[in-house]
Amino acid sequence: MIPGVLLPAVPFAAALVGLLLPLGARKAAATVGVTGAAAALVIAVLLDKTESSREWVRIGDLTVTFGVRIDQPAALVAIAVGVVALAVQVYSITYLADDERYPPYAAQVSLFTAAMLLVVVAGDLIMLLVGWEVMGICSYLLIAHNRHLPEAPGAAVKAFILTRVGDVGFLLGIAVLGIGAGTFRIADVLAHDYSATTLTVAGLLLLAGVAGKSAQFPLHTWLPDAMAGPTPVSALIHAATMVAAGIYVVTRLYPLFTGTALAVLGVMAAITILLGALAATAQDDIKRVLAWSTVSQIGYMAGALAVGSTAAALFHLLTHAAFKALLFLAAGCVIHAVDSNLMSRMGGLRRDMPVTFWSFAIGLGALAGLPPLAGFWSKEGIINAAHHPHGAAPEWVGWLVWLAALAGVAITALYATRLLKGTFLGEAKTHGHEAPPLMRWPVALLTIPSALLGLAIFWPAFREAIGLEEAHIDAWVLLPVALLAAGAVLGWRGVPTVPAFARAFWLDEVQHFLLVRPVRFAARGLRLADEAGVDGAVEGTGRAAVRLGQQVASAHRTGLPRAATAVLAAAVLLAALGVIL
Amino acid sequence: MRWLLVAVLAVPAAGALLAAFLPSRAGQVAGTVAAAVTLALSVPLYRDSWFSYGPAAVRPWHEVDLTWVPGLDLRFHLGVDGVSYPLVVLTGLLTLLCCAYTLWRAPAPGLSRSRSLRSLAAPGGRRDPASSLRSLDRILPALGRGHTLVALLLVIEVGILGTFLALDLVLFFVFFEVVLLPMYAVIAVWGGDDRAHAARKFVLYTLFGSVLLLVGVFTVVVSAGTADIVALTGGGELSRGTQIAAFVLLAIAFAVKSPLWPLHTWLPDAHTQAPTVGSVILAGVLLKMGTYGLIRVGVGVAPEGARWAAPVLGILAVAAIVAGSLVCLAQTEIKRLIAYSSVGHMGFVLLGIATLTTTGIQAALIGNVAHGVITGLLFFLAGAIKERAHTGELAQLGGLREQSPWLAGLLAFAAIASLGLPGLAGFWGEAFAVVASLDKGGPLWTTLAAVAAVGGALTAAYFLRLLRRVTHGPAVGVLDPPGLARAEVAAWAPLVLLALVVGLLPALVLGMAGDPVGALVEAVGS
Repeated sequence: MIPGVLLPAVPFAAALVGLLLPLGARKAAATVGVTGAAAALVIAVLLDKTESSREWVRIGDLTVTFGVRIDQPAALVAIAVGVVALAVQVYSITYLADDERYPPYAAQVSLFTAAMLLVVVAGDLIMLLVGWEVMGICSYLLIAHNRHLPEAPGAAVKAFILTRVGDVGFLLGIAVLGIGAGTFRIADVLAHDYSATTLTVAGLLLLAGVAGKSAQFPLHTWLPDAMAGPTPVSALIHAATMVAAGIYVVTRLYPLFTGTALAVLGVMAAITILLGALAATAQDDIKRVLAWSTVSQIGYMAGALAVGSTAAALFHLLTHAAFKALLFLAAGCVIHAVDSNLMSRMGGLRRDMPVTFWSFAIGLGALAGLPPLAGFWSKEGIINAAHHPHGAAPEWVGWLVWLAALAGVAITALYATRLLKGTFLGEAKTHGHEAPPLMRWPVALLTIPSALLGLAIFWPAFREAIGLEEAHIDAWVLLPVALLAAGAVLGWRGVPTVPAFARAFWLDEVQHFLLVRPVRFAARGLRLADEAGVDGAVEGTGRAAVRLGQQVASAHRTGLPRAATAVLAAAVLLAALGVIL
Repeated sequence: MRWLLVAVLAVPAAGALLAAFLPSRAGQVAGTVAAAVTLALSVPLYRDSWFSYGPAAVRPWHEVDLTWVPGLDLRFHLGVDGVSYPLVVLTGLLTLLCCAYTLWRAPAPGLSRSRSLRSLAAPGGRRDPASSLRSLDRILPALGRGHTLVALLLVIEVGILGTFLALDLVLFFVFFEVVLLPMYAVIAVWGGDDRAHAARKFVLYTLFGSVLLLVGVFTVVVSAGTADIVALTGGGELSRGTQIAAFVLLAIAFAVKSPLWPLHTWLPDAHTQAPTVGSVILAGVLLKMGTYGLIRVGVGVAPEGARWAAPVLGILAVAAIVAGSLVCLAQTEIKRLIAYSSVGHMGFVLLGIATLTTTGIQAALIGNVAHGVITGLLFFLAGAIKERAHTGELAQLGGLREQSPWLAGLLAFAAIASLGLPGLAGFWGEAFAVVASLDKGGPLWTTLAAVAAVGGALTAAYFLRLLRRVTHGPAVGVLDPPGLARAEVAAWAPLVLLALVVGLLPALVLGMAGDPVGALVEAVGS
C-alpha cells in the first residue's frame, strides 16, 4: 500500500511546494521538480504487485474507494513515466533558462507527473478520473505557458475543451459501470456480471474519452495545435505519457470491451493511423510533424487493442514513449539552436550538432520501424496481431487494422526520411550549435531505450510481465520492411506537398463549422433571449405595475362632480347587492 | 450543548447591535470578533453519532424546543443534523471572512462614487422612482460606514443560520425573511452605479417568492395542525392534493431563492451591483437557503408533491445548466459571468434533489457547500480585479498573469475548481448529480444525465474563455496595486484550502449527511 500511494503522492507534494515558491526561486524550483521526478522513478522501480483499497466516500448506495491496483504492466508504465518525467525536468532547467515563470512551470510538470502516475496505479475508476482530468488541466496550463506565442492560449483552450467533450462520455461510461456494480473499484467492476448491452454502451462511452485524450479521430485536432506548448512539455505530455493514457486505460479495463466497442475502436484506429501519417508528410513545422506522427502511432496502439492484443499495445506504448520523447527533446535542441520550428529554415545541421543528429536519427529509425531499433519490434507485434486477430471484434476489423498498419509503415518511413533530410542533411541554411549539457544528456540517454527496448521481446520475464508472445520471424516480416524501404526512398526523393494533407483534410474547419459556430450562435441567441425574454418579462411586470398604479392614481384625482357621481353609484350598487343577497 | 444552538444565533445578533452602536472602527472590530465567536461556537455542534432507532426521519444531534407564542402554538424549535451542519459552519466561515475583509477595506457607499448626489440635491433633478432609496441616500454619510456594513452582515448571518437551524416551519419562514432587508440595504448602499435598480429587483422578486412560501407554509400548517418539521417530515398527515399544492408553492418560492431557471434574473443584476462582500454572502450562503429549504421543507414535508413534480424539476434543472452555461459563454462582464455560472451550478444541485435518491440529495448537499466555497472565492477575486482595474468588462481586462501572477494563479485555481475538476470540491456534486440521474434510469432521467454532462463540458468552455480573456495575452490597462494585501490572502486562503480539502476528502461533508439523507429518502419513499 505505502509505495503504491507514494508514487503519485511524492510528485504531488513537489508540485504543492513548487506552486508556493516565489517566481525568483529558480534553483529551489529546479531542485524540487527534479527531486520529485527522481523520487517517483525510484518508487516506480521498487513497486511490487499489490492490490489494496479502503472506502473513500459513500454516496447513497455507491461506494468510491481509495486504493491502488498495481500489476506488472502498471509498474512498467510507471517506470516509463518516471524516466521521461525526470529527463524532461532536467532538460527544462536549461531549455527554460530565460523564462521568468519557470517555478510554476516546473511545479505544473510535477503535478502532471503525479496525475499520470495516479492514472497508472489507480484502483478505482473515480480515482482514475481524478488523475485523468488533472492531467488535462496541466496540459492546458502548460500549453498556455509561452507568453510570446499569441496562439498558445487558444490552443490550450482547444486542447482542454476537446478532451472534455470526450470526457462527457468517459464520465457517463464510468457512471454506467459504477451504477451496475454498486462500486467504482476496478477489481469489483471487472468481476461484476454486466449485460452485453450495458457493456457495449459503457465501452463506447469510455472510448469517447479515450479518443479525446489519446487524440484519436474525430477528436484528434487539438494535438497538433498543442505544440504551442514548450517542447519539453510536448515530449512528456503530448507524446510519451498523457496521450498514451487512453490506451493504458483500455488495457486496464480490457475485459469490459465487447466486440462492437472494439470494432468501433478498430475503425477509429485505422482512420487515425492513415490520417496522422498523411498529415505528417506535409508539415513544415518539425514539432507538428512529430505531433501528427504521435496521432498516427497512438492509432497503432488502438489498432492493437481492437484486434485483441493488449500486449502489443503496451509494448508499443513503452517503445513509443522512449523514442517519441527522444525525438521531441532532440527537436527542442534544434529549435533552441536555430530559434525556429520550420524545416524550411533548417537543413545541414548534421555538422553543427552531431550528437543531436545521431540521436534524432535513431529516434526516427525507431519510429519508422527500422530493424533492430525499438519501434520495429513493437510495430511488428501489432502488424502480426492484426494478421492473426483473436479478440472479441469481428474478423474484418483485423484486416482493416492490418492494411492500415502496413500502409502506415510506408508513410511513416516517408515522413521520417523527409524530416531527417530537411533538418539535418542537405544544404545548410542556418548555423546551429550543440545543446548545453543538461539538454544533451537526457537526449543521449534516451537513445538507449529507443534503440534497445525492442530487444526486450527476447527476455522472458518482460514478455511475461505484459503477456507478450515470442517474436516469430517469418517471411511476412519482409512485407513491412519492403514497405519501409519504399517509403524511405520516396521520402528521400521528395514528394510534392498535398494541400489536403497539409491542412489535415480540413477537419479543423469542419469542427469549427459543426461544433464551435453552433455553440457560439446558441450562446449569443440564448443570452439575448434571457435578457430580452425572461428578464424582459420580469422588468415588464415591474413597469406594468407602476403604470397601472399611476393610472389608478390618476383615476382618483378627479373633479368633485364626477367623484360624487361615483360615490352615489357605488352606494346604489351596494344597496342593490344587499337587497338581492 | 443545547445552549450552543441558541448562542450561535445570539452572538451574531449581539455582535450586530455592538457593531451598529459602537463608533466606527470599534464597531467593526466588535462585529468581526462576534463573527469569529459564532464560527467557533458552531464547530462543536458536531456530533459523531446517529440515533438509528428514532421514530422520526429528522433526528437532530442537538435540539432546543421552547414555547414561543403559546396562543398561536408557535414554538422556538432549533436543531442541527448532518444536513444542516456543513451549511452552518460554511455560513459562519464566510461571514467571518467578509467581516475581516471589511476591516481591511470597507467599501465606500455607492453615493460617493456616483454623481447622483448633485442631481438629487438639485430641484427637479433626474426622477428616481426609488423614493425609499432617495431617503436612504440622504442619510448615507452617517449610515454608509464600515461598521454598519458589518452589522448588516451579522444580521444576515442570524437569518441564514436561523433558516438552517429552524425545525419549526413558521420559525423557518421568519428567519428566511430576516435576510431580505439587510441584503437589500447592502446592495442599495454599497453597490455599484446601478444599485438602486438591482436592489429593488432583488427585494421585490424574492419577496414574491416569500409570499408563496408564506402561503405554502400555512397550507401545510393548517392542514396538518402542526408546524413541527420533525413531525411533518414524511408527509404522513397530508393528503396527496395538499402535498402537491404545498410542494408547488414551496418549490417556486425556493426556486426563486436558489435560483432555478427561469426565475433567476434578479441574480445577475444583484451580483453585478453588490459590493464584494455582498456578492460573497449572496452566492456563498444566501442561495443555499433555497436549496436547503427544498430538501428539508419541500421534499421532507410534501414528498408526494415532490415525486409528482420531480420530472419537471429535473427538466428545469438541466435547462438551467445548459442555459446558464451558454449565457456565460456570451457574457462580457466578469461578475455577471460568475453570477450566471451560479445558475448553472445550482442547476446541478437541483438535478440532484429532483432525483429524490440518496445519491442525488447527497450530491446536492456537497454541491451546495462546494459552490459556496468556490463561488465565494471567485467573487472575492472578481472584486479584487475590478477594484484594481476599475472595470469588469472582459474586453478591457487581459494579461493578468503578466501584472499580477498571484492573482492570476488564484483566479485560475478558482475557475478550475468551479468547472468541476475531479479532485477539487466542485467535482463531487456535479458528477454525482449526473450519476444519480443516470442511476434513476428510464429514458427521461438518462437523457437528463447526458445533457447535464454536456453542460459540464460547456462549463469548462466558459471558464476557460474567462481565463483566456482575463489572465492570458498581453497586459491591458494598469492594475493598482499589482500585489496582494495580507488581508486578502488571509480572507482567501481558507477558501482555497477548503476547495482542495473537500475535494480530496469529500467524506468530511458527506460522511455526516449519509444517514440523515438516507432516513429522509426512506421517509419520502420514492
